Amino acid sequence: MVKFNRFTLDNGLRVIVHEDSTTPMAVLNILYDVGARDENPEQTGFAHLFEHLMFGGSVNIPNYDAPLQRVGGENNAFTSNDITNYYITLPSANLETAFWLESDRMLSLAFSKKSLEVQRNVVIEEFKQRYLNQPYGDVWLKLRPLVYKEHPYRWATIGKTIKHIEDARIEDVKAFFKKHYTPQNAVMVVGGDVKTEDIKALAEKWFGPIPAGEKYTRELPVEPPQQEERRETVTAKVPLNDVYIAFQMEGRLHESFHAVELMSDILSRGNSSRLYKSLVKDKALFSEVHAYITESLDKGMFVMQGKPVEGVSTEQAEAALWQELENLKNEEVPADELTKVKNKTESTMVFSEMSLLDKAMNLAFYEMMGDADNFNHEAAKYLAVTPAAIKEQANKLFRKDNSSTLIYLAEKTEEIIEAIS
Amino acid sequence: MSVLNRKQAPQFNGVENITLIRPEHKKLANGCNVYAFNSGDQELVRIEWIFGNLRFNPEKPLLNVAANTMLTDGTTNMNAAQIADTIDFYGAFLQVDYSYDYSQVTLYTLTKHLASTLPVIKDIITNSVFPKKELETFVRNQQQKLQVSLQKNDFVARRLFNKALNGETIYGLAAEPEDFKSLEREDLLAHFKQMYQPANCTMVIAGKVDEHALDLLSETFENGWDNQAAPADTMQPPLAPSAERFFYTEKPAALQSAIRIGTPFINRTHPDFPAVQVLNTVLGGYFGSRLMANIREDKGYTYGIGSGMTSFKQTGSFFIASEVGADVCRSAVSEIEKEVNRMKTELIPEEELSLVRNFMLGSLLGSLENVFSHADKFKNLYFAGLDYDYYERYASTVKNITAEDLQALANKYWDFENFYKVIVGKY
Repeated sequence: MVKFNRFTLDNGLRVIVHEDSTTPMAVLNILYDVGARDENPEQTGFAHLFEHLMFGGSVNIPNYDAPLQRVGGENNAFTSNDITNYYITLPSANLETAFWLESDRMLSLAFSKKSLEVQRNVVIEEFKQRYLNQPYGDVWLKLRPLVYKEHPYRWATIGKTIKHIEDARIEDVKAFFKKHYTPQNAVMVVGGDVKTEDIKALAEKWFGPIPAGEKYTRELPVEPPQQEERRETVTAKVPLNDVYIAFQMEGRLHESFHAVELMSDILSRGNSSRLYKSLVKDKALFSEVHAYITESLDKGMFVMQGKPVEGVSTEQAEAALWQELENLKNEEVPADELTKVKNKTESTMVFSEMSLLDKAMNLAFYEMMGDADNFNHEAAKYLAVTPAAIKEQANKLFRKDNSSTLIYLAEKTEEIIEAIS
Repeated sequence: MSVLNRKQAPQFNGVENITLIRPEHKKLANGCNVYAFNSGDQELVRIEWIFGNLRFNPEKPLLNVAANTMLTDGTTNMNAAQIADTIDFYGAFLQVDYSYDYSQVTLYTLTKHLASTLPVIKDIITNSVFPKKELETFVRNQQQKLQVSLQKNDFVARRLFNKALNGETIYGLAAEPEDFKSLEREDLLAHFKQMYQPANCTMVIAGKVDEHALDLLSETFENGWDNQAAPADTMQPPLAPSAERFFYTEKPAALQSAIRIGTPFINRTHPDFPAVQVLNTVLGGYFGSRLMANIREDKGYTYGIGSGMTSFKQTGSFFIASEVGADVCRSAVSEIEKEVNRMKTELIPEEELSLVRNFMLGSLLGSLENVFSHADKFKNLYFAGLDYDYYERYASTVKNITAEDLQALANKYWDFENFYKVIVGKY
């Protein structure tokens, strides 16, 4: 149970306070309701590039990081397809510095040309480091457009291509800021060694004067239901084959979400999971195998992924994955097995309360989805999932005509062959 | 109402009191040392069983890591599936972790399930059997994982660097896929027997642990777990650093090059260690560091660059690491050299130094998030043979060290010419 207080400023900024006196630290987390899904298809990767630019100085404060480090604080941020989240951790005695810094960059950025130039390069290097210069690094750049044909989830947060990053102009940066970085499009959570009354005063002082801006109304193309089996095979200089089967599933807020998540746990959470026991240990078909969901706000993905062991064909590997899915479609999960994944979810939630930052991020995310208090009712929703509900979801999802299969084949180079022999 | 001056930073306070929780100590009759931190609001506990690794055998280099990883693969009483089923059913988490000096087993569990999960741990550290079939699976899967890792430039650079600094020792181990073939079940059993004995074990408990829980722990691990006739031999042979200082592995198709530059170094036990931590922070130890400011934020050569120090029982290292655009690799190396040398020739300006002081103290305070973090701080001290006055000395050094002291330290410890330099990619 994570307790909190909540209020909204006149300009629409939602503020949540979580008092936790067991720590001398405070966290200030701001979530902006904008992600890669809000990008123009011709300017992908922009939400993430923009996140970098948020550290390039604001209208009254030329350098964001140094004043924070000077008061013993640390910060970071991340961008997903759905949201952009910024967070600061610092000694609670210096909390006002966080308000000063965050409110100024919500007010306006410096829009420095040098910062844009440098961060373009930094993001291009990030693109290379994480997606292009790693074995299997480009999988998501290929899998997303296979699963999505209309919805902007068809590109990854880093963007479709480096070219889109190279082409970003300062005018685009300004327009993006105006459209998305408004108080009414943000949720702020302050947690730790703080008092709600003090936070109210600080929020009014620093964020109160920021103009509300224009309301952004999201109108994204809806991904039509998939009606045909999709496949793609790619060959790359990697040492092992890799098999991905992705299924479209409902979004995060749909009532089926908790059953589907537990279904992925049954398949692949921990060493007692079905995929590990059956396919890695008993049948020795895979060296590693996973099932997971993307937890997207709009229509998501349920992904099965595994690297077959040497000598096992990708056809055999695919068939083995499907067999596990067929089992879920045909037979209800035994009560003990379902209890097991529920227990794991319950203890994970207790463990997550050990981290102040995790609590703050969760409150912000649930508030953005509609109500921070729902975070405290999640456990009950998992506990309510029945074997019948899981079977129903398995039958709904695991159809060939709802599947996108990506076969990633190893092109053996001399270098790799040398390493094996 | 006064007008808000957004150009003016708010007043701030220095970090004054940092209080570390100290553990209760108890020695079991069989010689196992137990340290317990009873604190926290959540009804959960983390327990670690930490064992010193056995002396490295170059003929059988993977015994330490394999014995540790395979602890969950079966005992005389339970097979791998039963172990996993029991742990998962109680919503607990069981991890095995290998590092250069120690191997450990970690259990995270809700306190209410302690009585059901502890017997599993007892069983795996006393009765592991390393079944033949599980060993085959382990070998096959580890070989595959290693093949993938060997395609990552930063992984290859790290291995080359460690091998250059430490030679054929536990610290320099750079296994090839075929090395896994040398693993034999009999060797694992003998290794297990010698290493996983109570006198070579330290238990660290953190979370809600009342008298009852502690009694249960003592009872479980005091009875039926005895030492062997011969104690565990955890002494390591001397290091054998390479005479060659420059290592370049060309990857013609690389978009980025991994760089790792550094040298064997003092570790935590040395009196200068807190001071060189300040030096390291200025150079590359935080987001606003000189390496980040120059090579990422000014030049845009990389997504990230940093420097760090490792501290082990027998050695330590100082290193700078990055992945940079392949076309700017030489420029990046020369900028790194410039930044290292600038620390030797110029005094750090007071403004920068005071920022780093505050950042490091805030960071220390922030690193004490929960009872687990207090236990982690204790482990840093305990395994280096240090006492709690280390952190007092650390805080006082961070607050008081002068720019002159730091310049002198840079000259004492850093010689870029003599650093080991590893490049994987294009140069």
